[in-house]
Amino acid sequence: MPPATAISTAPLAVEAVLRAVEGPGAGAVTTFVGLVRDHNVGRKVLWLDYEAYVPLAEKSLERIVSEAATRWTGARVAIHHRTGRLEIGEASVIIAVATPHRAAAFSACRYAIERIKQIVPIWKHEHFEGGEVWIEGATADPDDQAALDAALKVACA
Amino acid sequence: MRVTVKLFARLRELVGTSDLVLEVPEGATVRDVWQTLVGAHPPAAVYERSMSCAVNLDYARMTTPVTAGDDVAFLPPVSGGADAELR
Repeated sequence: MPPATAISTAPLAVEAVLRAVEGPGAGAVTTFVGLVRDHNVGRKVLWLDYEAYVPLAEKSLERIVSEAATRWTGARVAIHHRTGRLEIGEASVIIAVATPHRAAAFSACRYAIERIKQIVPIWKHEHFEGGEVWIEGATADPDDQAALDAALKVACA
Repeated sequence: MRVTVKLFARLRELVGTSDLVLEVPEGATVRDVWQTLVGAHPPAAVYERSMSCAVNLDYARMTTPVTAGDDVAFLPPVSGGADAELR
């Protein structure tokens, strides 16, 4: 069985992430695939470079898997994230969530991607036509209750 | 005592290296390490209010004490994953 969490420069595969959440108790599986798109705030994007603090990013992914399994009982969550140079259309992150019933599978999957954006130390360096820029989002703090509540709110909307 | 500082993304570019060793006094905190870094590399100061930090792979506070040989990481705001908008 593939690992529940992984960070790698190799291309990601949905099948591997799905296999990581297989189990006889599952009644539903959702997947989320984040892609590199060709435009961002009016800029024509050429490619993205993802940089990670790998050991802390792995630990943060494991934390998200554990948070989701606690919040949605019985949820099995797997997250594979890619780093390095990614071309337009390639997958940067794949999430799979298996749960006994479908509603939790959708919610936990949305929760996982929101938390990734908040607490996983991975940075995106955008190379666009005419320049480059580091994309910066949230100040990472896994114990920030407001951020956690915001992720839950989006997940359960 | 000496600690290892790890830097990433734009902060790494501003300082010009991803790893450096800094000398700080016994009893120093993460804040002392940061101030030593900024003293040697003033452009890093732009992240004073937006970065987070980790000591030996645990997220930490500026008030967290450090000991000799610790890995102290300063992290610009993160942006992993896809473009799910939260705010």
